[in-house]
Order: sequence, then C-alpha cells, then structure tokens
Amino acid sequence: MSGPDEHGGSGGGSGGGSGMRRKIAAALGVGVGASMGAHSGSRLESPWSGGGARAGRAIKDQIVEQEIFDQRSAIAFSLIVLAVLLLLSRFSYLQIINYGEYATQSVNNRVRFLPVTPNRGLIYDRRGRPIADNVPAYRLELIPEDVDDLESTVRALGALIDLGPDPLERFATARRRYREFDSVPLKFNLSEVEVARFAVDRHHFEGVDVVPYLVRRYLHGELLTHVLGYVGRLDADDLAAVDEGNYRGTSHIGKSGIEKHYENRLHGASGRERVETNAQGRVLRVLERKEPRHGDDLVLSIDVQVQRAVWDALGDRPGAAVAIDPSTGAVLAMVSKPSYDPNDFVHGISSADYRAILDSPGKPLINRAIQGGYEPGSTLKPFVGLGGLELGVIDRQSEVLSSGNFYLSGAERPYRDWKEDGHGWVNIQEALEHSVNTYFYELAYNMGIDRLHDFLAHFGFGQATGVDIPNEISGLLPSRDWKRGRYGEPWYPGETVIAGIGQGFNVTTPIQLAAALATFANGGVRFAPRVLYANKRAGDQRAVLVRAPVLSQVPVNDADNWAAITEGMRRVVHGVQGTARGIRPESGYQIAGKSGTAQVFAQDVSEDERDVEVAEHLRNHALFIAYAPVINPKIAVAVVVEHGGGGSREAAPVARAMIDAWLLQESEP
Amino acid sequence: MKSLLPGWLGWPRFDWPLLAGLLILSVAGLFVLYSASGENMDTVYRQGVRLAIGFGALIALSQVPPYVLRRWTPWLYTAGMLLLIATLFFGVGRSTQRWLDMGVTRFQPSEIMKLAVPMMIAWYLHDRRLPPGIKQTFTAFVLLLAPAILIVRQPDLGTALLVIISGCFTLFLAGLHWRFIAAVAGIGAASIPALWLIMQEYQRNRIRTFLNPESDPLGAGWNIIQSKIAVGSGGLLGKGWQLGTQSHLEFIPERHTDFILSVFAEEFGFVGVLILMGLYLFIAGRGLYIAGQTRDCYSRLLAGSLSLTFTVYVLVNGGMVSGLLPVVGIPLPLISYGGTSIVTLLAGFGILMSLYGHRNLIR
Repeated sequence: MSGPDEHGGSGGGSGGGSGMRRKIAAALGVGVGASMGAHSGSRLESPWSGGGARAGRAIKDQIVEQEIFDQRSAIAFSLIVLAVLLLLSRFSYLQIINYGEYATQSVNNRVRFLPVTPNRGLIYDRRGRPIADNVPAYRLELIPEDVDDLESTVRALGALIDLGPDPLERFATARRRYREFDSVPLKFNLSEVEVARFAVDRHHFEGVDVVPYLVRRYLHGELLTHVLGYVGRLDADDLAAVDEGNYRGTSHIGKSGIEKHYENRLHGASGRERVETNAQGRVLRVLERKEPRHGDDLVLSIDVQVQRAVWDALGDRPGAAVAIDPSTGAVLAMVSKPSYDPNDFVHGISSADYRAILDSPGKPLINRAIQGGYEPGSTLKPFVGLGGLELGVIDRQSEVLSSGNFYLSGAERPYRDWKEDGHGWVNIQEALEHSVNTYFYELAYNMGIDRLHDFLAHFGFGQATGVDIPNEISGLLPSRDWKRGRYGEPWYPGETVIAGIGQGFNVTTPIQLAAALATFANGGVRFAPRVLYANKRAGDQRAVLVRAPVLSQVPVNDADNWAAITEGMRRVVHGVQGTARGIRPESGYQIAGKSGTAQVFAQDVSEDERDVEVAEHLRNHALFIAYAPVINPKIAVAVVVEHGGGGSREAAPVARAMIDAWLLQESEP
Repeated sequence: MKSLLPGWLGWPRFDWPLLAGLLILSVAGLFVLYSASGENMDTVYRQGVRLAIGFGALIALSQVPPYVLRRWTPWLYTAGMLLLIATLFFGVGRSTQRWLDMGVTRFQPSEIMKLAVPMMIAWYLHDRRLPPGIKQTFTAFVLLLAPAILIVRQPDLGTALLVIISGCFTLFLAGLHWRFIAAVAGIGAASIPALWLIMQEYQRNRIRTFLNPESDPLGAGWNIIQSKIAVGSGGLLGKGWQLGTQSHLEFIPERHTDFILSVFAEEFGFVGVLILMGLYLFIAGRGLYIAGQTRDCYSRLLAGSLSLTFTVYVLVNGGMVSGLLPVVGIPLPLISYGGTSIVTLLAGFGILMSLYGHRNLIR
C-alpha cells in the first residue's frame, strides 16, 4: 500500500485525473513507472503495513494501478455493452423479425379445438314408441401425447381392466384416426366395476381417463334388427365415406339398415369448442363454443305391434314378411327371420360370436325382406292376368280349358296343373281363385316374353324398389335380352310358359312383391317404399312427414280390368273354392290375396326338366301376397315362409295376422 | 453529524443513483413476479421479504468501512470453504447437494463464495504490486478454483461459473497480463472435453438440447422452444402485464425463477426488454464508476468485479431464455424468485456502497 492519497475531492473524475495524480505521486517521492511492470524487484516496507507487516511486498504504484484499472474497466464495460447489444439483437430477432411466426406458435400452443359430439337421433315407431335410444356409458380413453410409455401404461391398464386381446395393436390402428393430442378410445362400455377400479388407481395413469358417452340401445332387440340395422365402431372404411371433421368426436356409425341409410340425419353435425389449454392439455376455459346440431329424431312408418304380430306368426320358421300402406308407400312392418340382437354389435362383437352368427344355418345376417331372392311362383299370376287384360291378349270373359296338362306344340312333356285332372273351363277370376296354371301358361304363351316382361316391369319386378334400407337386391325379371346377355342363348317358348306362373328365371324379393301389390292395390301408383315416416330436426317442435317418392304410374287402359283381377284375388280368400279360404276373416273387412309356391334359387334348367313336379318338391317355399280391405286398401303384404310348402297353408295365416294387427287396432294417430 | 455517531458508523452513505436503480428494478421485479407466478400474492410476499432482507444487508454492509471488510475477508473465505466442504458431506437437496440445513433455514454456502472469492482475490492482490506476476496469478487461480471445484461437485455449474468469473474479473481489473488471459482462454478451450467428462448427465443433456432443441421438442428441448415462443410472441410492445399466455398457461417451465425474463419479454415486448437492459447497464456502469472513484486497490478491484459479475447474470440469463446459451441455473438478478441469490446480490451492492461511501476515509 502506498502513502495516503490526499488529493482529489469527492467526484474528481477518474478519467482525466491520472496526469495530476502522477505529478502528486512524483512530488511524494514515490517512483513513477513509465510503463507497466517496469519496476525492478526493489522491495520496500510499506509504512502502512503496520504491525502485520508482511515481508516480500513490492512497492505499489497507485497511479499505475489506477490507470490499469481505468483501462481495464473501460475495456470490460465496452465488452459488456457489446454483449448487451448482441443480446438485444437476439431479442429483436425473436420479437420483431420473427414475431409473426412465434405469435402463431403461441396461439397454437394454447388454443385447441375439441369436437362436441352431437347426440345421435332417437328412433320411434309410427306411434311414437321409442325403438332406439341412447344410454350413458363409460369408455376408457388415452391421450398419446400425455403418456410417456404407452406400452407399459397399456399393460398396467390391462391388469385393471380387461382390454381384450392385442390391445396395443388395436390401439395403434385406432390411433391413426386421431391427432397426437386427441384422445383415443381404448375400451368402450366399461362395467361399473371397471369404472370404479380405474377410479381408485387413476392417479397412476396420467393421460388416461374414463369418459362418459352415449351409447345406442335397441329396445326391441332382434325384432327390428333388419329394419334398424345397427351402429358399430367407426373404422377406417367408414371414415373414408364421411366428412372426417364431422366425425372427430364420434365413435359409432350406422353400419346397416336405417342407421346406415339415414346416418347423416341421425348423426347430426359435430360442434366444436375452442378451448384454452395449458401445457398438459388440461382445458382451462372454453373460449368459444359452437353447439353441435344433434341428430334428427326419426319416426319410422313401422308399427311395432304389427311387426310383433308377424314376428310371432312366423314362429321359428325362416322367412320374411313386408307390409306396405298402398296409399302412401309407407312400410308398416318388415320382418326377416332368423334375426339377431343388434345390441351385440354396438360395442364390437367378438370374432367368435360373429362367426357363430355368420355360420348359423339360418343366415340371420341376411335381410330376407330385401335380400332374399325367391321365385314369385303363383303370386305373379294376378300381374300376368292384368297384363293379359290390359294388353288385350284376353278379355274378362275369356275362358281356358284346364285338363291338368298343357302341351306346347312340338314338346313332349306337359306343363301341369296342380290339380291332376285340371280345373275345367275357367275365366280369369276363376283362374286366380283356383290358381289354374294352364290359364296362365296359355296367356303367357300368347303374350310372349317381351310383352310379359315389359308389363311386369311397370310394377317394379326385376328392379330394386328403392326402399330406404341399404343393400337391397334387384331380383330378376327375365327377358330375351337378358338371357342372351347372361347365357348367350335365345329365349325358348317354354320359358315363357313357366314365366307365366312366376317360375323359371324369375326372382323377386318380398318387398318387391309387397310393393308391386301395393301399386296394384292403389290403382297403379308405384311408390318407392319408405320406412322413414317423419323426421324431427333437433330443436324443432314438430316432425316433418316424409313422403314416399312416386316412381311411376302404371298406365290404366280399363279400370274394369283391374277390378276383375281384384275380384279374382278376393275370391282366393273369400271364394268358395279359394285356395286361401282358410284365412277368411270373421270380421267385416275383405282380403284380396294370392298364394304361391317357390324355390329360393331359380334353377338353371332346360325346358324339359322344368315342370310343375319341382313345384311340389318338399323344399318349396310358401308365399302369400294380400291386401285389405278390398275397397280402399290400407295394407298390402307379402309373406315368404321358407320350406313351408303350400303358400295358402303356411304363409297366408302370417299375412292374415299382419292385416289383423294393422286393421283391427285402434284408429291411427 | 459524524461526531454524534460512534466510531465508523456515520450517516448512511449511499450512492443514491445506484440505490434508486436497484429499488426500481426490485419493485418492477415484484410486479413481474406477480404475473409470472400466476398472480400468487404469497410468492410475491416472500420475495418482498427477501428483498427487504437484501436491502437490510445492503444498508448494513454499506456502513461497514472497507478496511473492516478487508480484514474479515480471509475469515469469510475460510468459513465459506469449510461450509462448502460440509455441504459435500451433510448437504441436502433433491438431486444436488447445494443446501446446508441450518435448522431454521436452509442455505447455500456457494452463495457466500460469490462474494467471498472476489473479496479474497482483491484482498490477496491489494498489497501486492500490480499487475500480478506469474506467482500471484497462480495463487489467485488456486484461490478461485478451489471453491469452484467444490461447487461443481454439488453439482451447481451455474454458481461455479459465476464464482470463477467474479474471480477472473478481479484479476482482469488488476491488470492480468494479456498473455495470461490468452493462456487461460486456451486452457479453457482445451479443457472442454474434460469438462464434458465431469459433467452430470443432466448437464450434458442441456448442452445437447441447446445445440439442437428440436431434436426433442416435448422433452429436453421444451424449455428452450417454449421460452423462445414466449419471447418472440411478445413482439415489440408485449401482450401486456398478466396477459402472457405462454406463462399463464404454464408452457414456460421455471417461469418465476430462471425463465422469468421470458415472461417479462412476453408481457412487455422488445421495448420492455430494451428498458430493462438499459436499467441493468446503468447499474453496472454506475458500479464501475464507483469502482473507479475508490482510492484503494482492494475497494477498486472488489467494486469493479462485483459490478461486472452482476452483468454476467443478466447476459447469461438473457442468452439462456433467448436460446443463445444453454440452460444454466443463473437467475435474472433482482427479478427471479429465489432465496439467497437476492440477498447475496444486494449484499454485494452494499459492499459497493460502502467502498464508495468511504472512498475518502482511507486509513
């Protein structure tokens, strides 16, 4: 330490003072070094080191040290200013130059869009009885972003809750649908025990949650399966067919039946919430909410009571029945047996259970009402007869002699009547009443296949009816062109003959028969049958009635021709000799009907092998079509009882049960 | 006046501009902290208490004459060393052993060293001829590296670096020869691989992440990415006090401690950062001015070193939140929520004021 530094006032200014200090130092006799480190090793005791004087201290040059310090602190400060400028340039780079980019990222960070799933519309029968509703259930969900180790999490969850086989694999598939921060369902329809079990251990599973949702319930189980169809887990194929954005929060989609056909209405429009989340994805507040448009409620034209009546009347026999209101085209009942419980499909049926249904001998997955292809058999006769009258091939008085056998010129084997020695001379009404084949053999032969085809086509044979249930088959109304295209063969006259009694290549579905009969019953207005009766948009007070579209009008030459056929059909039930007189109702109304017998598959056989003997085979199917009342008809039905044998005996009572259920219940709402 | 007060205790001697700067910063810091802590009044209150203690220490120390400080320096240093050694054996803390449980309160001995090391080196150099020769330089380095190594072992790289830097500043201001500086820089660069080896895994990860934050955006890179988003989205004028979404929605980790500058930059924008940096620069500049005004070597070196070290906090913290530097646990002085560092910092400024206030009372 050097001598006391006497000079300088308080603020003196260190910058300019060094020269002065140097002079003072010189005056005090302290050596002034010209340059730094110029001092030799000369050692002096500092007068100020006092008692604790330490040996070996150099003389300190206060002025030089001050100078050094000033210099160094100037350098250091400059460097710091430089560093601060560098830092500020970095901040300006972030905050000014790249502001836009970071602002966007910051907004994206905090704002997420969450889908608000609309509630699936409810389904009622025509009298407002609920047939499909939604019940609360719980599902297990996982947010991949918030789970560190997916595999161990899923494994730990598996110990608590049965996730089924290969949960990870299934999860990976499901996950492809979702974005990283969307939740992915692991399991649906948790049991109460599972929910409780998870609740206890919930804190171990970050990013996993039990979420309530609404699940479809079919109140009548298998009774309405083939009408309603069912909803099932949304899969990749489904997603390809819908607007993915609208299904972001949806887990189930209509897979068949009404549920599929009216998926758009039933689903509604997904709403969305703009939410602010924290870094953990927890929703802090909802910034904006666009309410979903809940699915429309649907009222079906089906009457559960009529449906139940057919169901019971069919019993355990496989078969199908369809009832249509001829004045509107509304489907009143549609049953296909055997059936299955659609509720099993909602939560994903196990593959073993599915195989069991698929392999079941009755093939319950087939909706026989619209997918069952049957020979119409004699049920076609009223239409053929009407064609004959309208086209002038016959008139109402024309008679044909039924001798039991009908011979085509040049052919050796006869075409037979069901009654061995024939029915004698019959006109069209008698021919219908007794189901006289020969009459129609001759009629068809005289009409020719082209006119027969064209006339029957008016009633929709060989075409899908366009009912609002998916996957209807079109059946087959044979023609010359069709045969040439299909087999490369010409049409043989014998094929025309058997076509006259609805055999040969003819294939119809029960709904086709019912629709054709309804068309006949209402005087020729051909509706595309509708199962949907009314549609109630969410929030609306009233439902809007749905009208069945009119596809065409069958040309009417002479209304008396129609009346004649009606009378023939009436006699089937009410005539003394009527084939279906067994179902004649005791009550006031009258039924017009026609029985039929057929095989499921049209046989590809030559004219020679094709004869009525086949029609008496044990495996024949029983068919019956009917409408009632005869005047101002309110219901037209078609019934097929597989392997039932005679149509009058097996199928007609089912039709009767259906008609009774509809006509005898209290007046319509 | 002086005659009324006993001994060295005189009328409080403050450098009012410096004190004003510190007070403005501290009060502003409380507001920032209020927002950064998610409007947690409790946090602000505790920080207020710490600041009060800090300013108390500042006032107390500002009244202690430099020669007293100087005399106590070796003892303080020795005590600090002993405590550091004790920490190695009895230290507590979650993954690191930085804290010494004193019964009443827990406390980081390494904080003492932030002051004790520059004091010790200034003490060592103050009666030696400057610029220091090889022997003195070597001794000074031993004095600063010994505690630094102990702190690194805790491990607390940030504090260790600050300790080393404060010692180096002292030497630099004492006129450490440029050749030494070059040599030290060379050794430092050469020892990077060795440093890598002694680093803890978490420290290595910080470096890796720093070099490429996008490699693990949800893991280790999260802090840097989110901090940059916060800073960048603040723009020129900021989102407004308490309106920073990045911080309020908890995207910024350590938002009221090491990353509080991100919150500040988000809410007050570039203009806010500019003003804040200006304030820091003013405090550092004023500190250096004070250092230049003092008359004795010890005071000069110590005051200069404390001022310069103060700016290092700011620069390193700023570099960290803006992604220029890897994440090291260095708080933003007087604004970050944190226990002992505030007290240490203000104590340092107390020393500075003492050195200034007593500049004409050299004995």
